[in-house]
Order: sequence, then C-alpha cells, then structure tokens
Amino acid sequence: MAARERKLVGLESKPKLPAHVILRRDDVRDRWVALAPERLVELDERSLDVLRLCDGTRTVDELAHELAEAYDAPQDVIAEDLMEFLQNWSDRLLVQL
Amino acid sequence: MSAPAPPVGMLTELTHRCPLQCPYCSNPLELHKAADELSTDQWLSIFDQAADLGVLQVHLSGGEPTLRTDLEELVSKLADRQVYANLITSAVTLTRDRLAGLADRGLHHVQISFQSLKPERAERIGKYKDALAKKLQVAKWARELGLAVTLNAPIYRQNIDEVEKFFDTAVEIGAERIEVAHVQYYGWALLNRASLLPSAEETARAVEIVDKARGRLKGILNIDCVVPDYYAKYPKPCMSGWGREFFCVAPDGKVLPCHAAQSITALEFDNVREKPLAEIWEKSDAFNRFRGTGWMKEPCRSCERKEIDFGGCRCQAFALAGDAAATDPACTLSPEHQAMRALADRESGQPAPAFTYRRIGAAL
Repeated sequence: MAARERKLVGLESKPKLPAHVILRRDDVRDRWVALAPERLVELDERSLDVLRLCDGTRTVDELAHELAEAYDAPQDVIAEDLMEFLQNWSDRLLVQL
Repeated sequence: MSAPAPPVGMLTELTHRCPLQCPYCSNPLELHKAADELSTDQWLSIFDQAADLGVLQVHLSGGEPTLRTDLEELVSKLADRQVYANLITSAVTLTRDRLAGLADRGLHHVQISFQSLKPERAERIGKYKDALAKKLQVAKWARELGLAVTLNAPIYRQNIDEVEKFFDTAVEIGAERIEVAHVQYYGWALLNRASLLPSAEETARAVEIVDKARGRLKGILNIDCVVPDYYAKYPKPCMSGWGREFFCVAPDGKVLPCHAAQSITALEFDNVREKPLAEIWEKSDAFNRFRGTGWMKEPCRSCERKEIDFGGCRCQAFALAGDAAATDPACTLSPEHQAMRALADRESGQPAPAFTYRRIGAAL
C-alpha cells in the first residue's frame, strides 16, 4: 500500500525504491534516469549512488556512514543532505520510508 | 534544420474498439475497425524502433487496449527493452489472472478511468453495467499485485460535483496518483461539448478543490491536473510542444504529433507500415510543421511564454480559430479568446442536449 499519511524521514528510516520506480541507463542521451508513472527524473551521480543504496535493509544513519566514507566527507553533513534528498523523493512517492 | 531531440514518450492507440461509449472520448469520430489495426509483429517492431530512438515510457491505450489479445506479448517486449509500461484502461474487461499475467511480464502502472463515483451516473455515461464496481475491484487487484495505480477522473458537467470525492477514493484505494482531467474538447467530446461543458463557477470551484488537495495530500498522492481550456488564462503546453518529446501511433499505424492531430485536415501523416519511425519523427512534414517556434504568428511570436506553452494546442487553434498556426484561443492573448469564452458561457448555461454516444458509425 502507498503511504496514507505523509512519512517524515529520520535517521532510523530504512528507505527503499517502490517496485514501480525503475532506475535505468538512457544510452541515447548518455545519462541515468528514474522512471515512475508519468515521471522521468534525470539522475546525477550522487543521486544514483544514494538510490542504489536504498534497498530497505539499511537505516539512513548507516547510509550516511557509508557515503561519508565513500566521499571522504563529514557524516553529519552527509546525513543532512541525505535526509533532505529522501524527504523530497518520499514526498513525490518515489522512495518509501 | 538540425535533427530534433529524440522523443521520450509514445502513446499507442492499440485499438479503437471499446466496451464503453463515453461521450467525452477524445478519439476521432471516424473510428477504426479491428480489420484496420496493426498486427502483433508490427507493434513489436514499433516498440523496438521506439526504444532505439530513445523512448523511455510507452502508454498502452486505445480505445480499450485490453481488447487486444496480444497485450501480453507487447508488454513483454517493452520489459525486454526496459521501457516503462503504462496501461491506460477502462478496466471493465480485466480479470485478476490477466492483470497478474501482465504484472509478471513487466507492466509497471495501471491508469483506470472513472466516469463517476455514483453507480447510476457511471452507467449512464459509459453505457456499461456495473462499471464502477468492476473498476474498484481492478484497482484493488492492481494494488495487491504491486502495480502503481492512477485514478483518472475526467471532469465534465455531469460529475464536476464529485472532485472532492475523487480525491477521497484515490486515497482509499491506495492510488499513487490522481489525474484530474478537465475534459479536452476533441473528437467525440467536441461533438458533445454543449452537453459536457461545466460553467465557469463550477470549474473555478473544482480548481480550488484541487489546489487545496495539493497541500493536504503532499507525500500521500501525486496530483496531476489537465486544465480546463475554455476557462484558462494561458493555454496548456500541449504535448510539451509539437514534435518535441512525445508522439502517438494510431491503430492503423499513422504516426501523429498528438492523438487528435488528424482533426487538422490540412496535414498529412506518415504510416509506420511504410516508413521507419525515426525517419517519420525527424523528417515528416506533419511533425516539422509546428516544431520549435519558427512557425508562430503574433501574439505568440513575440510572447515571453512561447517556450513555456508553445502556443498551446494546434488542434484547438484549428477547430476554434480556423487556423492551426494561430494562437490557441484558450490563451487570453488570442484575438479569438473572447469568442471562445462567450461560447462556453452560452453552452454551459443551457440545459444539456442529449449525448451522441461514442460508437462506430454513430457520428457519420
């Protein structure tokens, strides 16, 4: 079921992509995109990195830790960006929290 | 002229056959019979060509697309090519097994249209017994099968008091998305316009309900709205611009810049039976005629919104201003706008004439 109330992201949320959101390579335009009902979102490298980690098993806190290591950046800064990104995607029903 | 950017979306009208007879249908009055339809192999070839060309989303529509017994094969092809598959259906013909089969083959999204949420009204508009109950049942199955669901609500005089209820129902059935679609007056809808057009006051109320719902349902329901042309300030950016991102393939294989384009009688359209899709997209006269902004006249030519709404809808300009290159009369800057608005006030202010129901041969 889709969320019937607006979900708010927290450090304990375990984000995942709904079955109807597809990430794919768009070779014709040399980019990655997310596809959903009547939606097409062009993905930059960082968005793609984040979305690929959203498998529903790891918390936002764990994802932030992983990304902080990958980008060699402070975890609290990464966590803040990550929560803003996930809230925005959740509000468009493109990520489940 | 340099080659146009590749298209992202394709609307396929697999058939014009339909078990419903809605008088607001935007299909052309001259409906194709089954014998005119493309074969399975022809559709499969179109899907391959479209994917090669850059199409990322395909809408399987009609008529009623589930009347094609090869729908399963078509969905499999789209899945093979990683193309996002949307089924645009009245839902009354679907069984749970068939829907489950389509989901297994890679269908992503089902859009179900509702004539009304009142059973008698729905039957009167669609001329199909128990249509509402069947649609609600199919929506439930779709959710159980993990498919995304859109509730499509065409809005017209006979159901415009139900807008709020459409939102409630979309939330109840677990839809991801609602499309509040003020009826677009092409084809059968244009023929029935005097029966279907709501008043300016009713339309304004409906628009207000949608605006309020956007705040209340943030993060719960995606809301898209097809604007009421006859009461608009600016025209819709029809098809996001002619020959810019989308195209349509009619049941007989004609490739159209939009599904109503054949109403512009001065245009000729190429057919995928005769030419490759890429050649049609890039070179056909019908696509190039209104591509970009070079074809525009005033007031569009010097308008700062010309890259926002692309002059609106060519079909509406042709139907109401008699010139497909004119500004869409839906725009307040069009010299025809006052006449369009006066017409809407006059027709919506009179008792609704009897419908001409959508049936093969009914309007000829």
